[in-house]
Amino acid sequence: MMGQGRLAAWAIGLAALVVLPFVYRDPYHLHILVLILIWSFAYTSWSMMGRFGLVSLGHGGFMGIGAYVTALLWNHLGWSPWIGIPIGMVAAGALALIVGYPCFRFRITGHYFVLVTLALSGIVLQVITATRDYTGGSLGYTPNRASGNKLWALQFDDKITWYLIALGVWLFGIVVWHWVDRSMARYALEAISEDEDAAAAAGVDVTAEKLKITLLSAVMTALAGAIYCQYQMFITPDTVSGIAVSLQMVFAAIVGGLFVSLGPTFGAVITILLAETLRIGFGTRAVGWDNLVYGVLLVLFIIFLPKGILGSLLDRLKPQRKVPRTHEQEAVQIARPGT
Amino acid sequence: MQAILDIFDIYLLEAVINGILLGGVLALLALGLNLIFGVIDVTWICYAELVMIGMYAMYFLVQSYGISYFIAAPLTILLVAILGAALHYLVIAPLLTAPPINQLLATGGVLFVLQSFATVAFGIDFRNLGIRLPVLAFGEMHFSYARLLSFLAALVGMVVVYLFMTRTFTGTAIRAISQDRQIMALMGVDTKRIYLITSALGGALAGLAACLLVLQYDVHPFVGLSFGPITFLICVLGGLGNFIGGFIAAFVFAEIISLGGLFSDLEWGYVLAFAFFIVMMFIRPAGLLARRR
Repeated sequence: MMGQGRLAAWAIGLAALVVLPFVYRDPYHLHILVLILIWSFAYTSWSMMGRFGLVSLGHGGFMGIGAYVTALLWNHLGWSPWIGIPIGMVAAGALALIVGYPCFRFRITGHYFVLVTLALSGIVLQVITATRDYTGGSLGYTPNRASGNKLWALQFDDKITWYLIALGVWLFGIVVWHWVDRSMARYALEAISEDEDAAAAAGVDVTAEKLKITLLSAVMTALAGAIYCQYQMFITPDTVSGIAVSLQMVFAAIVGGLFVSLGPTFGAVITILLAETLRIGFGTRAVGWDNLVYGVLLVLFIIFLPKGILGSLLDRLKPQRKVPRTHEQEAVQIARPGT
Repeated sequence: MQAILDIFDIYLLEAVINGILLGGVLALLALGLNLIFGVIDVTWICYAELVMIGMYAMYFLVQSYGISYFIAAPLTILLVAILGAALHYLVIAPLLTAPPINQLLATGGVLFVLQSFATVAFGIDFRNLGIRLPVLAFGEMHFSYARLLSFLAALVGMVVVYLFMTRTFTGTAIRAISQDRQIMALMGVDTKRIYLITSALGGALAGLAACLLVLQYDVHPFVGLSFGPITFLICVLGGLGNFIGGFIAAFVFAEIISLGGLFSDLEWGYVLAFAFFIVMMFIRPAGLLARRR
């Protein structure tokens, strides 16, 4: 499927991204790029289950676990993030299994699944706030500055190193996305998202397939949280966990395009650039305006452009491509109510 | 030893009664959300944000324009009812045939809009009404008068809704639609009109809740997040669209929060309530009162 031309385009694009920080060194712009890459990775992780109709509002919780476990182990026990990050990912994965297994076993879908996962991000936020003696509560938390080996502490002062790390992590996310896209699991999950009973009758292990993608998505989101924490060196419950972060993931993925690999990345570029432009243009008066624009856009997109900007653009470029899958068609119908 | 037990019991009783009082307001919130879910089959993620707008309306009417609380309250209820109808007309109606997830996410967008609108328009300061109601001392127990008033008003509100639903033609039509969406249109009921009325009614309930909550809590743009999630959990626990289930679940949750708060911080009360919810989802996935399939 992936032709020579596309492969070449990917290679050239990547090479350009790797070379970029050595040519162009403006720290502010690099900072924005790092943020875009980290959040793109988080949004891509969310979209891996979101594209199969598993809309989770619990990913804020997984991200919070990744960030806080890593930071807490470093500050309180002196464990390097190289150990802390895997532990955080395992913790998020375990939580995903504990909540996911009964959900899928008892066929909790649709509204109910969204609201159960909403409870999950609510719990994580409340636990972080309630254990304020350790986590600093809603005032936020700062990992201690490393005195010795920077690599061991995963703390770097220059933006170029962070840019390359974020680029690597982001690329990893895209590769995993394509790996899932080409696997058998994708067909199984698409069948499940269209009709669970029919998929089960056709021999798909519904619970196991859903659990696998949920686990993968949760673990990757935790990694995004940990990287974000190491880069920013300051986290608060509201920036890495909770319902607002979960909704932000959903929003960016939908605006960019849920069904194409670069869709969530595109969503991150748009949302972060929008927020930064408003911030620079209006200063402190801009507080709230970015979310106002997000909200209006989210509503408009769901009503008029449910496949997202990139998804719709790609469709327009290649109209003869292939018949859209049924659940995408369903979404497309919204654009013309009454048909 | 006996003395310690006595004191403990009084605190326990106080917490239990405060839980019941809290449950009244939560039940009112759950009722509005359940009504909309039961009839239109949509979850308004932004429901608590409507309440937040209502609280701001109360604040400005009472503080800035000096209108009496009892005149401001009906105005606020009317305003939020109009907001509810507008939400349905502008956002939900175009999405009625879309997958349910899209409707839910669209109201999530409205949540962002309302929250940031409040931030932009009113700033992030905490504001309160400035009405301090006396504390009712009953033996050694203390109850806030505001909570008692809210509880009673919530009960009255629920009885009014019940009478509306059972005694009027429109109410009967609403209940009929919640039973069978397709057939009622063939029976000559204008479903669009009923949906709009239901949304306005749901909005009015949010407005009433706002008038009551503003007595107890400060208003700020993110106040919705502090009771929004709990309202959804109550509705799901009771069974989405199940009015009686929602009512019972509200009191169960309120007791957990109140008693959990007695033994530890208030946040742990919430954590307990959330954890209880997740456990209950697995025991009774379709709600407290649902029959096992």
